[in-house]
Amino acid sequence: MSEHRNIIHSLIDQHYQALLTDWLACQKRDAGSVVTQRGAENSELAKRFLDEFRRGASAGQLDDIGTPQWAPMRELLDDLSRDRAVQGYSSSETAVFVFSLKEPLFALVRRELSGNSEQLASATWTLSRLIDQFGLYTIESYSKSREDVINRQQQELLELSTPVVELWEGVLALPLIGTLDSSRTQIVMESLLERIVTSGAEMAIIDITGVPTVDTLVAQHLIKTISAARLMGADCILSGIRPQIAQTIVHLGLELNVVSKATMADALALALRRAGKMVVDRKQPATPEA
Amino acid sequence: MAEIPILKIGDCLLVSIQVDMHDRLALALQDDLTERIVADRARGVMIDISALEIVDSFIGRMLNNIAAMSRVLDAVTVVVGMRPAVAITLVELGLGLTGVRTALNVDKGLALIRRIIDTPERDDADRFR
Repeated sequence: MSEHRNIIHSLIDQHYQALLTDWLACQKRDAGSVVTQRGAENSELAKRFLDEFRRGASAGQLDDIGTPQWAPMRELLDDLSRDRAVQGYSSSETAVFVFSLKEPLFALVRRELSGNSEQLASATWTLSRLIDQFGLYTIESYSKSREDVINRQQQELLELSTPVVELWEGVLALPLIGTLDSSRTQIVMESLLERIVTSGAEMAIIDITGVPTVDTLVAQHLIKTISAARLMGADCILSGIRPQIAQTIVHLGLELNVVSKATMADALALALRRAGKMVVDRKQPATPEA
Repeated sequence: MAEIPILKIGDCLLVSIQVDMHDRLALALQDDLTERIVADRARGVMIDISALEIVDSFIGRMLNNIAAMSRVLDAVTVVVGMRPAVAITLVELGLGLTGVRTALNVDKGLALIRRIIDTPERDDADRFR
Protein backbone atom coordinates (compact mmCIF):
# COMPACT_ATOMS: atom_id res chain seq x y z
CA MET A 1 0.00 0.00 0.00
CA SER A 2 2.75 2.41 0.92
CA GLU A 3 4.33 2.17 -2.48
CA HIS A 4 1.06 3.21 -4.21
CA ARG A 5 0.89 6.08 -1.92
CA ASN A 6 4.34 7.22 -2.90
CA ILE A 7 3.67 6.54 -6.55
CA ILE A 8 0.42 8.46 -6.48
CA HIS A 9 1.96 11.34 -4.61
CA SER A 10 4.95 11.59 -6.92
CA LEU A 11 2.75 11.25 -10.00
CA ILE A 12 0.58 14.16 -8.95
CA ASP A 13 3.62 16.12 -7.95
CA GLN A 14 5.44 15.64 -11.23
CA HIS A 15 2.50 16.13 -13.55
CA TYR A 16 0.71 18.75 -11.49
CA GLN A 17 0.33 21.36 -14.20
CA ALA A 18 -0.67 18.94 -16.96
CA LEU A 19 -3.18 17.26 -14.67
CA LEU A 20 -4.75 20.60 -13.75
CA THR A 21 -5.09 21.65 -17.39
CA ASP A 22 -6.62 18.32 -18.41
CA TRP A 23 -8.96 18.35 -15.45
CA LEU A 24 -10.24 21.83 -16.22
CA ALA A 25 -10.82 20.79 -19.82
CA CYS A 26 -12.82 17.79 -18.63
CA GLN A 27 -14.85 19.94 -16.29
CA LYS A 28 -15.59 22.35 -19.07
CA ARG A 29 -16.83 19.51 -21.22
CA ASP A 30 -18.89 17.73 -18.52
CA ALA A 31 -20.19 20.45 -16.28
CA GLY A 32 -20.85 23.15 -18.87
CA SER A 33 -22.54 26.15 -17.36
CA VAL A 34 -20.88 26.13 -13.90
CA VAL A 35 -17.41 26.25 -15.34
CA THR A 36 -18.12 28.74 -18.10
CA GLN A 37 -19.99 31.08 -15.76
CA ARG A 38 -17.42 30.98 -13.00
CA GLY A 39 -14.20 30.19 -14.85
CA ALA A 40 -11.61 31.99 -12.75
CA GLU A 41 -13.11 30.95 -9.44
CA ASN A 42 -13.45 27.39 -10.65
CA SER A 43 -9.80 27.07 -11.68
CA GLU A 44 -8.79 28.58 -8.35
CA LEU A 45 -10.88 25.92 -6.60
CA ALA A 46 -9.43 23.16 -8.77
CA LYS A 47 -5.92 24.34 -7.92
CA ARG A 48 -6.71 24.33 -4.22
CA PHE A 49 -8.24 20.88 -4.54
CA LEU A 50 -5.16 19.45 -6.25
CA ASP A 51 -2.89 21.07 -3.66
CA GLU A 52 -4.86 19.48 -0.85
CA PHE A 53 -4.98 16.20 -2.72
CA ARG A 54 -1.21 16.24 -3.06
CA ARG A 55 -0.73 17.11 0.58
CA GLY A 56 -3.18 14.45 1.74
CA ALA A 57 -1.62 11.80 -0.50
CA SER A 58 1.85 12.59 0.80
CA ALA A 59 0.72 11.78 4.33
CA GLY A 60 -0.58 8.40 3.24
CA GLN A 61 -3.93 6.97 4.36
CA LEU A 62 -5.69 6.77 1.02
CA ASP A 63 -8.51 4.55 2.29
CA ASP A 64 -10.39 6.82 4.58
CA ILE A 65 -11.01 10.53 4.11
CA GLY A 66 -12.38 10.87 7.67
CA THR A 67 -8.87 11.12 9.11
CA PRO A 68 -7.40 14.41 10.35
CA GLN A 69 -4.95 14.85 7.49
CA TRP A 70 -7.88 15.20 5.08
CA ALA A 71 -9.54 17.85 7.26
CA PRO A 72 -8.50 20.80 5.03
CA MET A 73 -9.80 18.86 2.03
CA ARG A 74 -13.16 18.26 3.71
CA GLU A 75 -13.34 21.93 4.55
CA LEU A 76 -12.66 22.80 0.93
CA LEU A 77 -15.43 20.45 -0.22
CA ASP A 78 -17.80 21.87 2.39
CA ASP A 79 -17.14 25.38 1.11
CA LEU A 80 -17.62 24.26 -2.46
CA SER A 81 -20.93 22.51 -1.77
CA ARG A 82 -22.29 25.35 0.31
CA ASP A 83 -21.36 27.81 -2.38
CA ARG A 84 -22.97 25.80 -5.16
CA ALA A 85 -26.07 25.01 -3.09
CA VAL A 86 -26.68 28.67 -2.31
CA GLN A 87 -26.21 29.62 -5.97
CA GLY A 88 -28.79 27.05 -6.96
CA TYR A 89 -26.69 24.56 -8.91
CA SER A 90 -27.90 20.97 -8.95
CA SER A 91 -26.19 18.21 -6.99
CA SER A 92 -24.77 16.58 -10.13
CA GLU A 93 -23.38 19.89 -11.33
CA THR A 94 -21.63 20.10 -7.97
CA ALA A 95 -20.38 16.53 -7.90
CA VAL A 96 -19.04 16.67 -11.45
CA PHE A 97 -16.33 18.95 -10.12
CA VAL A 98 -14.87 16.01 -8.21
CA PHE A 99 -15.76 13.11 -10.49
CA SER A 100 -14.33 14.73 -13.60
CA LEU A 101 -10.87 14.35 -12.05
CA LYS A 102 -11.05 10.60 -12.66
CA GLU A 103 -10.53 10.77 -16.38
CA PRO A 104 -7.28 12.78 -16.48
CA LEU A 105 -5.97 11.07 -13.37
CA PHE A 106 -6.57 7.58 -14.70
CA ALA A 107 -5.07 8.56 -18.05
CA LEU A 108 -2.01 9.79 -16.24
CA VAL A 109 -1.68 6.64 -14.15
CA ARG A 110 -2.12 4.43 -17.22
CA ARG A 111 0.50 6.39 -19.13
CA GLU A 112 3.05 6.28 -16.34
CA LEU A 113 2.50 2.80 -15.00
CA SER A 114 1.79 0.99 -18.26
CA GLY A 115 4.89 -1.17 -17.71
CA ASN A 116 3.58 -2.74 -14.53
CA SER A 117 0.01 -3.98 -14.84
CA GLU A 118 -0.15 -5.14 -11.22
CA GLN A 119 0.77 -1.69 -9.96
CA LEU A 120 -1.49 0.00 -12.48
CA ALA A 121 -4.56 -1.95 -11.42
CA SER A 122 -4.04 -1.41 -7.75
CA ALA A 123 -3.24 2.31 -8.11
CA THR A 124 -6.36 2.76 -10.26
CA TRP A 125 -8.48 1.02 -7.65
CA THR A 126 -7.08 3.11 -4.80
CA LEU A 127 -7.61 6.35 -6.70
CA SER A 128 -11.09 5.38 -7.81
CA ARG A 129 -12.14 4.67 -4.25
CA LEU A 130 -10.61 7.88 -3.00
CA ILE A 131 -12.30 10.05 -5.58
CA ASP A 132 -15.62 8.29 -5.01
CA GLN A 133 -15.32 9.14 -1.34
CA PHE A 134 -14.62 12.78 -2.16
CA GLY A 135 -17.61 12.83 -4.49
CA LEU A 136 -19.95 11.25 -1.97
CA TYR A 137 -18.75 13.62 0.71
CA THR A 138 -19.42 16.53 -1.61
CA ILE A 139 -22.95 15.36 -2.32
CA GLU A 140 -23.68 14.77 1.36
CA SER A 141 -22.40 18.18 2.25
CA TYR A 142 -24.37 19.65 -0.65
CA SER A 143 -27.65 18.18 0.56
CA LYS A 144 -26.90 19.35 4.07
CA SER A 145 -26.38 22.89 2.83
CA ARG A 146 -29.61 22.64 0.86
CA GLU A 147 -31.46 21.48 3.95
CA ASP A 148 -30.04 24.38 5.92
CA VAL A 149 -31.25 26.79 3.26
CA ILE A 150 -34.73 25.23 3.32
CA ASN A 151 -34.90 25.28 7.12
CA ARG A 152 -33.87 28.89 7.24
CA GLN A 153 -36.43 29.87 4.64
CA GLN A 154 -39.14 27.96 6.50
CA GLN A 155 -38.26 29.80 9.69
CA GLU A 156 -38.27 33.16 7.94
CA LEU A 157 -41.60 32.36 6.34
CA LEU A 158 -43.05 31.44 9.73
CA GLU A 159 -41.95 34.72 11.23
CA LEU A 160 -43.07 36.70 8.22
CA SER A 161 -46.52 35.22 8.19
CA THR A 162 -47.43 35.91 11.82
CA PRO A 163 -47.41 39.66 12.33
CA VAL A 164 -49.18 41.24 15.30
CA VAL A 165 -50.53 44.66 14.37
CA GLU A 166 -51.67 47.38 16.73
CA LEU A 167 -54.92 48.70 15.25
CA TRP A 168 -55.72 51.13 18.01
CA GLU A 169 -54.44 51.87 21.45
CA GLY A 170 -55.20 48.68 23.33
CA VAL A 171 -56.48 46.80 20.28
CA LEU A 172 -54.23 44.24 18.58
CA ALA A 173 -54.94 42.44 15.33
CA LEU A 174 -53.55 39.07 14.37
CA PRO A 175 -54.16 38.37 10.68
CA LEU A 176 -53.55 34.67 10.20
CA ILE A 177 -52.57 33.53 6.73
CA GLY A 178 -52.06 29.92 5.75
CA THR A 179 -52.68 26.68 7.54
CA LEU A 180 -52.43 26.60 11.33
CA ASP A 181 -50.29 23.72 12.51
CA SER A 182 -48.88 23.20 15.99
CA SER A 183 -45.53 24.87 15.38
CA ARG A 184 -47.18 27.91 13.83
CA THR A 185 -49.72 28.11 16.63
CA GLN A 186 -46.86 28.14 19.08
CA ILE A 187 -45.21 31.09 17.31
CA VAL A 188 -48.52 32.91 16.85
CA MET A 189 -49.33 32.46 20.52
CA GLU A 190 -45.91 33.59 21.70
CA SER A 191 -45.84 36.70 19.54
CA LEU A 192 -49.40 37.63 20.51
CA LEU A 193 -48.73 37.22 24.24
CA GLU A 194 -45.47 39.15 24.02
CA ARG A 195 -47.30 41.97 22.28
CA ILE A 196 -50.06 41.93 24.90
CA VAL A 197 -47.41 42.41 27.58
CA THR A 198 -45.54 45.21 25.79
CA SER A 199 -48.58 47.12 24.57
CA GLY A 200 -50.90 46.41 27.50
CA ALA A 201 -53.70 45.65 25.05
CA GLU A 202 -57.02 44.38 26.41
CA MET A 203 -58.49 43.36 23.07
CA ALA A 204 -57.13 41.15 20.34
CA ILE A 205 -58.79 40.53 16.99
CA ILE A 206 -57.84 37.21 15.42
CA ASP A 207 -58.59 37.39 11.71
CA ILE A 208 -58.83 34.05 9.91
CA THR A 209 -59.63 35.37 6.42
CA GLY A 210 -56.39 33.82 5.17
CA VAL A 211 -56.89 30.43 6.79
CA PRO A 212 -58.05 28.12 4.01
CA THR A 213 -59.87 25.52 6.11
CA VAL A 214 -60.95 25.21 9.71
CA ASP A 215 -61.05 21.64 10.94
CA THR A 216 -61.15 20.36 14.49
CA LEU A 217 -57.38 20.66 14.84
CA VAL A 218 -57.25 24.26 13.64
CA ALA A 219 -60.19 25.07 15.92
CA GLN A 220 -58.32 23.48 18.80
CA HIS A 221 -55.31 25.70 18.06
CA LEU A 222 -57.53 28.78 17.85
CA ILE A 223 -59.14 27.93 21.18
CA LYS A 224 -55.70 27.52 22.77
CA THR A 225 -54.56 30.89 21.49
CA ILE A 226 -57.76 32.55 22.69
CA SER A 227 -57.56 31.02 26.17
CA ALA A 228 -53.89 31.94 26.52
CA ALA A 229 -54.71 35.55 25.61
CA ARG A 230 -57.56 35.47 28.08
CA LEU A 231 -55.21 34.30 30.83
CA MET A 232 -53.12 37.38 30.07
CA GLY A 233 -56.19 39.54 30.54
CA ALA A 234 -56.99 40.19 26.89
CA ASP A 235 -60.34 39.46 25.25
CA CYS A 236 -60.29 37.94 21.78
CA ILE A 237 -62.64 38.62 18.91
CA LEU A 238 -62.62 36.22 15.99
CA SER A 239 -63.12 37.81 12.59
CA GLY A 240 -62.92 37.01 8.91
CA ILE A 241 -65.08 33.93 9.08
CA ARG A 242 -66.12 33.03 5.54
CA PRO A 243 -69.57 31.54 4.91
CA GLN A 244 -68.22 28.06 4.13
CA ILE A 245 -66.15 28.12 7.29
CA ALA A 246 -69.18 29.12 9.37
CA GLN A 247 -70.97 26.08 7.90
CA THR A 248 -68.00 23.81 8.59
CA ILE A 249 -67.79 24.98 12.19
CA VAL A 250 -71.46 24.18 12.74
CA HIS A 251 -71.32 20.84 10.93
CA LEU A 252 -68.30 19.77 12.98
CA GLY A 253 -70.12 20.87 16.14
CA LEU A 254 -67.21 23.05 17.24
CA GLU A 255 -67.77 25.30 20.20
CA LEU A 256 -65.36 28.23 20.00
CA ASN A 257 -66.83 30.18 22.94
CA VAL A 258 -65.69 33.48 21.56
CA VAL A 259 -67.31 36.56 20.10
CA SER A 260 -67.02 36.30 16.35
CA LYS A 261 -67.62 38.80 13.57
CA ALA A 262 -67.80 38.31 9.84
CA THR A 263 -65.32 41.04 8.98
CA MET A 264 -62.37 42.74 10.60
CA ALA A 265 -64.23 46.08 10.31
CA ASP A 266 -67.07 44.78 12.49
CA ALA A 267 -64.58 43.40 14.96
CA LEU A 268 -62.73 46.71 15.19
CA ALA A 269 -66.02 48.55 15.70
CA LEU A 270 -66.89 46.21 18.57
CA ALA A 271 -63.42 46.55 20.08
CA LEU A 272 -63.65 50.34 19.97
CA ARG A 273 -67.10 50.28 21.51
CA ARG A 274 -65.86 48.07 24.33
CA ALA A 275 -62.93 50.40 24.87
CA GLY A 276 -65.43 53.23 25.21
CA LYS A 277 -64.43 54.90 21.94
CA MET A 278 -66.74 56.22 19.27
CA VAL A 279 -66.18 56.99 15.62
CA VAL A 280 -68.24 59.97 14.44
CA ASP A 281 -68.83 61.68 11.13
CA ARG A 282 -67.01 65.02 11.09
CA LYS A 283 -69.71 66.81 9.09
CA GLN A 284 -72.56 65.75 11.38
CA PRO A 285 -71.39 65.47 14.96
CA ALA A 286 -73.25 62.63 16.62
CA THR A 287 -73.64 64.40 19.94
CA PRO A 288 -74.05 68.16 19.47
CA GLU A 289 -72.70 70.25 22.32
CA ALA A 290 -75.78 71.81 23.78
CA MET B 1 -44.18 28.60 57.72
CA ALA B 2 -44.25 31.73 55.58
CA GLU B 3 -47.55 33.55 55.48
CA ILE B 4 -48.84 35.24 52.36
CA PRO B 5 -49.72 38.86 53.11
CA ILE B 6 -53.15 40.20 52.15
CA LEU B 7 -53.18 43.93 51.40
CA LYS B 8 -56.27 46.10 51.37
CA ILE B 9 -56.73 48.66 48.62
CA GLY B 10 -60.06 50.49 48.97
CA ASP B 11 -62.64 47.73 48.90
CA CYS B 12 -60.29 45.32 47.17
CA LEU B 13 -57.85 42.81 48.62
CA LEU B 14 -54.48 42.20 46.98
CA VAL B 15 -52.67 38.90 47.38
CA SER B 16 -49.23 38.65 45.86
CA ILE B 17 -47.95 35.09 45.62
CA GLN B 18 -44.18 35.10 45.59
CA VAL B 19 -43.25 31.77 47.12
CA ASP B 20 -43.79 28.18 46.08
CA MET B 21 -47.29 27.09 47.01
CA HIS B 22 -47.93 23.86 48.81
CA ASP B 23 -51.00 22.29 50.35
CA ARG B 24 -50.91 23.84 53.81
CA LEU B 25 -49.97 27.27 52.55
CA ALA B 26 -52.85 27.17 50.07
CA LEU B 27 -55.30 26.13 52.78
CA ALA B 28 -54.00 28.86 55.09
CA LEU B 29 -54.38 31.41 52.30
CA GLN B 30 -57.96 30.33 51.61
CA ASP B 31 -58.75 30.60 55.33
CA ASP B 32 -57.17 34.03 55.72
CA LEU B 33 -58.68 35.36 52.54
CA THR B 34 -62.24 34.33 53.27
CA GLU B 35 -61.93 35.77 56.79
CA ARG B 36 -60.64 39.05 55.40
CA ILE B 37 -63.30 39.29 52.68
CA VAL B 38 -65.96 39.04 55.35
CA ALA B 39 -64.18 41.27 57.88
CA ASP B 40 -63.33 44.02 55.39
CA ARG B 41 -66.49 43.67 53.31
CA ALA B 42 -64.27 43.42 50.27
CA ARG B 43 -65.90 43.43 46.84
CA GLY B 44 -62.87 42.38 44.86
CA VAL B 45 -59.87 40.06 45.24
CA MET B 46 -56.77 40.43 43.15
CA ILE B 47 -54.23 37.62 43.03
CA ASP B 48 -50.88 38.67 41.61
CA ILE B 49 -48.88 35.77 40.19
CA SER B 50 -46.29 37.80 38.28
CA ALA B 51 -43.53 36.30 40.43
CA LEU B 52 -44.48 32.73 39.55
CA GLU B 53 -42.51 31.09 36.79
CA ILE B 54 -44.31 27.79 37.14
CA VAL B 55 -48.04 27.39 37.59
CA ASP B 56 -49.14 23.78 37.76
CA SER B 57 -52.54 22.15 38.04
CA PHE B 58 -52.39 22.46 41.83
CA ILE B 59 -52.09 26.24 41.76
CA GLY B 60 -54.62 26.36 38.93
CA ARG B 61 -57.14 24.52 41.11
CA MET B 62 -56.33 26.73 44.08
CA LEU B 63 -57.03 29.84 41.99
CA ASN B 64 -60.33 28.36 40.83
CA ASN B 65 -61.26 27.51 44.43
CA ILE B 66 -60.48 31.00 45.69
CA ALA B 67 -62.54 32.48 42.86
CA ALA B 68 -65.48 30.23 43.69
CA MET B 69 -65.26 31.04 47.41
CA SER B 70 -65.08 34.76 46.75
CA ARG B 71 -68.06 34.53 44.41
CA VAL B 72 -70.10 32.98 47.21
CA LEU B 73 -69.07 35.94 49.40
CA ASP B 74 -70.04 38.35 46.58
CA ALA B 75 -66.53 39.40 45.64
CA VAL B 76 -65.00 39.15 42.17
CA THR B 77 -61.61 37.52 41.75
CA VAL B 78 -59.10 38.70 39.18
CA VAL B 79 -55.82 36.93 38.55
CA VAL B 80 -53.20 39.39 37.35
CA GLY B 81 -49.67 39.36 36.02
CA MET B 82 -49.51 35.95 34.38
CA ARG B 83 -46.40 35.52 32.25
CA PRO B 84 -46.73 34.51 28.60
CA ALA B 85 -44.83 31.27 29.15
CA VAL B 86 -47.10 30.38 32.06
CA ALA B 87 -50.20 31.13 29.98
CA ILE B 88 -48.98 28.87 27.17
CA THR B 89 -48.16 26.06 29.60
CA LEU B 90 -51.57 26.27 31.27
CA VAL B 91 -53.34 26.17 27.92
CA GLU B 92 -51.25 23.20 26.80
CA LEU B 93 -52.19 21.46 30.06
CA GLY B 94 -55.84 22.12 29.26
CA LEU B 95 -56.27 24.44 32.24
CA GLY B 96 -58.08 27.48 30.92
CA LEU B 97 -58.95 28.79 34.43
CA THR B 98 -62.42 29.36 33.03
CA GLY B 99 -63.91 30.38 36.37
CA VAL B 100 -61.44 33.20 36.92
CA ARG B 101 -61.20 36.72 35.53
CA THR B 102 -57.77 37.81 34.37
CA ALA B 103 -55.95 41.08 33.75
CA LEU B 104 -52.50 41.99 32.54
CA ASN B 105 -51.31 43.83 35.65
CA VAL B 106 -52.48 45.14 39.01
CA ASP B 107 -53.47 48.45 37.46
CA LYS B 108 -55.74 46.91 34.87
CA GLY B 109 -56.98 44.40 37.43
CA LEU B 110 -58.17 47.18 39.71
CA ALA B 111 -59.88 48.90 36.77
CA LEU B 112 -61.58 45.63 35.81
CA ILE B 113 -62.84 45.07 39.36
CA ARG B 114 -64.17 48.66 39.45
CA ARG B 115 -65.93 48.09 36.14
CA ILE B 116 -67.55 44.85 37.28
CA ILE B 117 -68.62 46.25 40.67
CA ASP B 118 -70.06 49.41 39.13
CA THR B 119 -72.10 47.61 36.49
CA PRO B 120 -73.16 44.36 38.11
CA GLU B 121 -75.95 43.63 35.62
CA ARG B 122 -73.58 43.19 32.65
CA ASP B 123 -71.46 40.94 34.80
CA ASP B 124 -71.81 37.59 33.14
CA ALA B 125 -74.61 38.17 30.70
CA ASP B 126 -72.94 39.51 27.58
CA ARG B 127 -69.37 38.50 28.19
CA PHE B 128 -67.73 35.38 26.94
CA ARG B 129 -65.05 34.89 29.53
